[in-house]
Amino acid sequence: MKLKVESLKFKVKSYGVIFLFIFSLLAVHCSLATAADKWPGVDESVVEKYAKEHGREAMTPLINTDQGDLLLFVFLLAGSVGGFVAGYYWRELIVKGQRDDSCEKQKIKT
Amino acid sequence: MRIKVSKFKVQSICTALLLLLPVCEAHAMHISEGILPFDWAALWTVIAIPFVAYGLYKLKKLSAIDLSFKPLVGLMAAVVFIISCMPIPVPTAGTCSHPCGTGISGILVGPAISILITAVALLIQALFLAHGGLSTWGADIVSMGVIGSFAGYLTFRGLRALKANLWIAGFMAGLFADWATYLTTSVELASGIKGDSPFMPLFWKILIAFIPTQLPLGILEGAMTAGMVVLLYKKRPDLLVKMRVLKPKEAI
Repeated sequence: MKLKVESLKFKVKSYGVIFLFIFSLLAVHCSLATAADKWPGVDESVVEKYAKEHGREAMTPLINTDQGDLLLFVFLLAGSVGGFVAGYYWRELIVKGQRDDSCEKQKIKT
Repeated sequence: MRIKVSKFKVQSICTALLLLLPVCEAHAMHISEGILPFDWAALWTVIAIPFVAYGLYKLKKLSAIDLSFKPLVGLMAAVVFIISCMPIPVPTAGTCSHPCGTGISGILVGPAISILITAVALLIQALFLAHGGLSTWGADIVSMGVIGSFAGYLTFRGLRALKANLWIAGFMAGLFADWATYLTTSVELASGIKGDSPFMPLFWKILIAFIPTQLPLGILEGAMTAGMVVLLYKKRPDLLVKMRVLKPKEAI
């Protein structure tokens, strides 16, 4: 029991250190990125650049969500829904799937 | 006190770092609305439609046989959707791009269903995320769905036939799926925008411009694909056998 508590404490500490490390790196990176203000996507730096050179330009999308913070909102929404769906099906496959299999095995044994 | 840092922890830190880095705007490889002329956009759509239709047929057939197939397809659909709209900054190039996710879906659910999944993901992105376009939907399906899925699937199967281990086969499948997607995008773009100028010089120019960003991202996609295959092997080897990713004797 004591050993379990100690290992749990160690785990919490190590994850705390990892989190702080990632957070500090992210903070440094964000400040540098803001200073440089340059992280174009390859669609901009490659696709649209060469298309423009050859007289083709991107048109406004049918439903234009690329307006202010609206794009951030739809990306956040899409990420949340996508993450929920992935988590739900992961649970269906791994947790429930394993449980169902073990039940079936027990039935066969009995 | 000895601190044992497991391989998994190191991998998860690296992945978390790469995932936490996106501080840039969400732009990626999908060919945007209006970039391709109508005739080229129509041609790529005509090429894509039979693949999507076959994917739909295959999905109906397989889900009728095995009920556990649906959750796997649902999981892969979410994975492809998230991965293909997740911009990752590449510090060596100073640009952002995204992996495709079609390598892992090609391996796990087969290329036909992977194409269908990609088509749906691309449609949602084109409609609501200003990511890609409706007129260029077919071209994006061909590059990311058809070529990406087949490249991943065939690489994995080929390497497994040559007795490569699961991690190596998964890694190479993810890597080639990513690189093949961008190679095809270069072909589509060069053929669509070339006008009267020759095709090959423009194709090479575009392909070379993709390399600084996609070379490291392909490696990341390879690592992600290998990680997912190995994780599923550890958690549900029976599922991999069912999907014919593994032979029954390998799952023991």
